[in-house]
Amino acid sequence: MNADYLELSDVRVTFDGFVAVDGVTMTVPRGDLRFLIGPNGAGKTTLVDAITGLAPATGSALFGRTELLGRKVHRIVRLGIGRTFQTATVFENLTVLQNLDIAAGAGRGPLTLLRRRSSVPAEVEEALETVGLVDVRDKPAGVLPHGQKQWLEIGMLIVQNARVLLLDEPVAGMSAQERADTGELLRRIGAERTVVVVEHDMDFMRCFADSVTVLHAGKVLSEGTVAQVQADPRVQEVYLGTAAEVGA
Amino acid sequence: MRRELGALIGFAVGALALLVLAPALLSDFRLSLLGKFVCYAIVAVGIGLAWGRGGMLTLGQGVFFGLGAYVMAMHLKLADAGPSGVPDFMKLYGSGEVPGWWEPFRSPVVTVIGVIAIPSLVALGLGAAVFRRRVRGAYFAILSQALAAAFAILLVGQHATIGGTNGLNGFRSFFGFALYDPVNKRMLFYIAASTLLVVLAIAWQLYRSRFGELLMAVRDQEERVRFLGYDPANIKIVAYVVAAAMAGVAGALFVPIVGIISPASVGVVPSIAFLIGVAIGGRSTLFGPAVGAIVVAWAQTTLSESFPSFWIYFQGALFLLVVAFLPSGLSTVASLRRRTREAT
Repeated sequence: MNADYLELSDVRVTFDGFVAVDGVTMTVPRGDLRFLIGPNGAGKTTLVDAITGLAPATGSALFGRTELLGRKVHRIVRLGIGRTFQTATVFENLTVLQNLDIAAGAGRGPLTLLRRRSSVPAEVEEALETVGLVDVRDKPAGVLPHGQKQWLEIGMLIVQNARVLLLDEPVAGMSAQERADTGELLRRIGAERTVVVVEHDMDFMRCFADSVTVLHAGKVLSEGTVAQVQADPRVQEVYLGTAAEVGA
Repeated sequence: MRRELGALIGFAVGALALLVLAPALLSDFRLSLLGKFVCYAIVAVGIGLAWGRGGMLTLGQGVFFGLGAYVMAMHLKLADAGPSGVPDFMKLYGSGEVPGWWEPFRSPVVTVIGVIAIPSLVALGLGAAVFRRRVRGAYFAILSQALAAAFAILLVGQHATIGGTNGLNGFRSFFGFALYDPVNKRMLFYIAASTLLVVLAIAWQLYRSRFGELLMAVRDQEERVRFLGYDPANIKIVAYVVAAAMAGVAGALFVPIVGIISPASVGVVPSIAFLIGVAIGGRSTLFGPAVGAIVVAWAQTTLSESFPSFWIYFQGALFLLVVAFLPSGLSTVASLRRRTREAT
């Protein structure tokens, strides 16, 4: 299990000559709650796309000893890399329970698939508990408020047995209370997993980040604890427009 | 549990109507017509699976219907011609020899397997090529329709080997039973009706299984399913292959009941006609497609008897009304009313 970490070296993504990610090297150990911040267009989401097979990239992204780059999206997921998107994408017509059950089932054989779900799998029950959606389990996911949809997404990552969680702006559009709850949730599930959070919300970052990587123009600008990063003059320079916020 | 009960009641009503009431009340002529509509309904169940549940708007089910139908028709022609005999039209238009690729269909076993396997394999190859390249939506619809057009043109060109525009017709027997005998015609109806019930049972099991949930998930959020570790292409291929097999079986039953299969029954127009009943009945429901297909076909026959040139307008108007006001089909009226009652 000590091989359970994410190691990027010299990851590069180019779109028609435009370099979106320019040689990113970083290591995220297990149990780390890593925040990935940076101005708009810094390449944060593109980096996540590259790791999950959505954007073609060069370089290397190792999970343990397994190379992720060049594999198909669903194969990477099966290796234990899960992600969410900026807008919550759950199956609106299916219930919360069905959503989680589908997420839990990528390894099911054809015979299991052709049968009905006779009982709720234990890991689904557990995830409902963890993300706090027990009361709404039989509701269609489409009627959930925004915050609960995001938690359902995180729950789906848990049941699909993701050991690396890549979350793209999970608290965008949430109320203060929902943000705090989400932060606690990430702390709880992050203990045994590797969690990378792409985020714009600096308050949220200050409250919950174990470590921070700052991206700028596709490159790693600074890396360290929240205090170290905040004290870095280069970070302050990049965030000049919002320097007061970062430095506060 | 309530949904379970509803489905069981639906099956009971369907079995009663098709296997008891219809044979008791209808003349032989009408019963044979209903048999033809039942074949359309079998195709419709498959379309409900592929389109209603899987989101694949398939405008080319005529291809699979045609494959099943021609396999059966070839067997019937060969059986009529006797052991190592030559079908009549080949003596007229062809070389007077049976082509090599006809020979396997002399065997009834090969024929029955072929009726299911050939459309399935074609759908498998096609699905693998199309869905893996992430072709979907309108592009898939256009592609499937072009395929139906190409298939019909291909058949028209093969005058000497499969009858060209005339198609294959004039069958005298069906697995040893004389087709002019009214008793055997009734038997054919029972076979078609029972097949429809079996096909519905298969669809029911698929819909309530985990596969059914997954298929709906792919329909609504294909990319998200990929990020759960599934390959959505595989899920779509399975649904598409099952739909093709259903269309193939329907085609094979259509041949002895109607007595002719020709390119006119498998091209673009019939492929779209298959869809209208499904849309009107309710594409994502279990019974909607089958009931819609039978009702529309029945209405077409009776209305065009009384108002010969009127039907096509009526069909268009009905289609527009349903698409505009009941996009999920007529069978969703009940749930719509329930929702309005809850809202008020």
